[in-house]
Amino acid sequence: MVRRTLEAIPLLLLISIILFVILSNAPGGPLGPYLQNPHITPADIARLRHNFGLDRPIWYRYAVWLGHVVTGDFGYSTSNAEPVLNALLERLPATLELMGVSLVLSMTIGIAAGIFSAVRPYSFADYFITTFAFFGQSMPVFWFALMLQLAFAVHGIPLPFGYQIQLPSAGLASSDTFDLGDRIAHLVLPTIVLALLQLALFSRFTRSSMLEVMKSDYIRTAAAKGLSSGTIIMKHGLKNALIPVVTVIALSLPTILGGAIVTEKIFAWPGMGRLFLNALDNSDIALLMGYLVMIAVLVVFSNLLADIAYAWLDPRVKYD
Amino acid sequence: MASSVEVLPSAPFDDEFQSKRVTFWARFRRHRMAMIGLAVLIVIILGAVFAQQLSPFDPNLIDNAHWKGNALAPCFESAATCAGHTLGTDDLARDLLSRMLFGARISLTVGLFAVLMEVVIGTILGAIAGYYGGWIDYAIMRLTDVFLSIPILPLLLTLTGIVAASSSKAALGFGVIVLIIGALSWPSVARLVRASFLTLREREFADAARAIGGGDARIIFRHLLPNAVAPIVVQATLDVASIIVLESTLSFFGFGIQQPTASWGNMLVNSQANLETAWWAAVFPGVCILLTVLAINYIGDGLRDALDPNLR
Repeated sequence: MVRRTLEAIPLLLLISIILFVILSNAPGGPLGPYLQNPHITPADIARLRHNFGLDRPIWYRYAVWLGHVVTGDFGYSTSNAEPVLNALLERLPATLELMGVSLVLSMTIGIAAGIFSAVRPYSFADYFITTFAFFGQSMPVFWFALMLQLAFAVHGIPLPFGYQIQLPSAGLASSDTFDLGDRIAHLVLPTIVLALLQLALFSRFTRSSMLEVMKSDYIRTAAAKGLSSGTIIMKHGLKNALIPVVTVIALSLPTILGGAIVTEKIFAWPGMGRLFLNALDNSDIALLMGYLVMIAVLVVFSNLLADIAYAWLDPRVKYD
Repeated sequence: MASSVEVLPSAPFDDEFQSKRVTFWARFRRHRMAMIGLAVLIVIILGAVFAQQLSPFDPNLIDNAHWKGNALAPCFESAATCAGHTLGTDDLARDLLSRMLFGARISLTVGLFAVLMEVVIGTILGAIAGYYGGWIDYAIMRLTDVFLSIPILPLLLTLTGIVAASSSKAALGFGVIVLIIGALSWPSVARLVRASFLTLREREFADAARAIGGGDARIIFRHLLPNAVAPIVVQATLDVASIIVLESTLSFFGFGIQQPTASWGNMLVNSQANLETAWWAAVFPGVCILLTVLAINYIGDGLRDALDPNLR
């Protein structure tokens, strides 16, 4: 386990080297924004280039960047006029709120649906859930978001007695004063959008894992000694079936992070995804680098966590 | 078993191959949703191939004669003002149906070519890693770890963003999009091929091929690879679907296929701003994406069941 943890460090270094090489090939590099400015002469550019050390070879610049990152300095964001780390950390809570709520939603519903269809395989309910999961996996996230906006924000879903469901579809809240109901209302649509893809994945995976487990000898033993079907499913089946599901949840993080970019853009959610898109539009290299490294760190550590959790939950698994 | 090719030429092998093909088709046909998916996909492919003949209008033509500043409604909604645009127009009064037919060409070809590239790179690297093992394997696998650790959407957006900034957004043509997507999505295939090669290289027929003096390249491509095809085909099929979604997402963000060329993704760009006035411009292109992706995913599911029942 210690070895696996240590392996994450060279992996992260390699990731950062590859990202650094890619991003230093961006036109104009970090000085891109200045090149557009007519008030800045070529002499100024040359001076800035020298001052920022951009005339140095790339390995030297990478070493300098790494040295700063180790001390928590990710550079200066030109589009936000503040340090990269500040800009990222400011937006982190909004993204975590969105991702966290949608993950809880997709986990509970997805796993419940998976168990339900595994307990009665090839029934109508199973057929319905499996089809729904297929739709969810095939749905383009951005278009699903547009359709929810069309249904709930533009038109509103009519209810009896003249009421209708109308939900806000932009931003975190309607005003600066904190109002829990308003915050929740703003959260509904983006959360559903982000949860759908995971929900489909989790339910399919729980179903197949559960079907696998229910075929095993110890389930038959449990049935033979006269346990109720509820105890068999919950205590003997589910406990074992959920072990691989834990891995899938951790491994789905890259997709959630990608989905969060789409969701944040369409619902004007002030999180890291929108910050990233904004940095992309403004060629803000330092911020792009900081964001990409940060999500790579998140992914690598969640993979590591999945490995550890797997070994802990299933003593048969051993890492050397 | 591939070793029979060396020992017993042609006839028996042909029979076996024939019967394999028959059982494959018989199994695939039993998957009802896969058959429906196949039918839907064939219709979409025909639409793409004959886009020129089927389109009622030039896909880039702005219908100035009928345009009054807003998108024209479809004929079933307002027969009097639709001016022959069956499914209506976008906000620039370009015929939606025609753009959807031409957009099908983009989606299908981007999916097909990017997957071809992914399969070629992934198969070669995965085969080398699995066959040789040792430090070559270690190096290739660490490289796949790198690409699997960076979420693909932000990485794609960054790369296309760099291309757009270095020349212009017009540089983001079909070829560039295919190259970038293909160059980033091979690691999943590489892992798959490596895993099958790790076991295949230990099998008797691999030893037999080595014993009669087959070179590494011959063993890899003639003896081992044919036995690793099934999972590659399934993965590749499912990846066509996810790449179609990726391309449409990129185009929706403005970093994919550029206007005026129609792609299902870029047709949706302006639709968010016009949701209140023109729902059809937001609904129809998305339905095309969903149907295509759903059809391909079901075909992939059917292929998995038909090629290797043990995979499930």
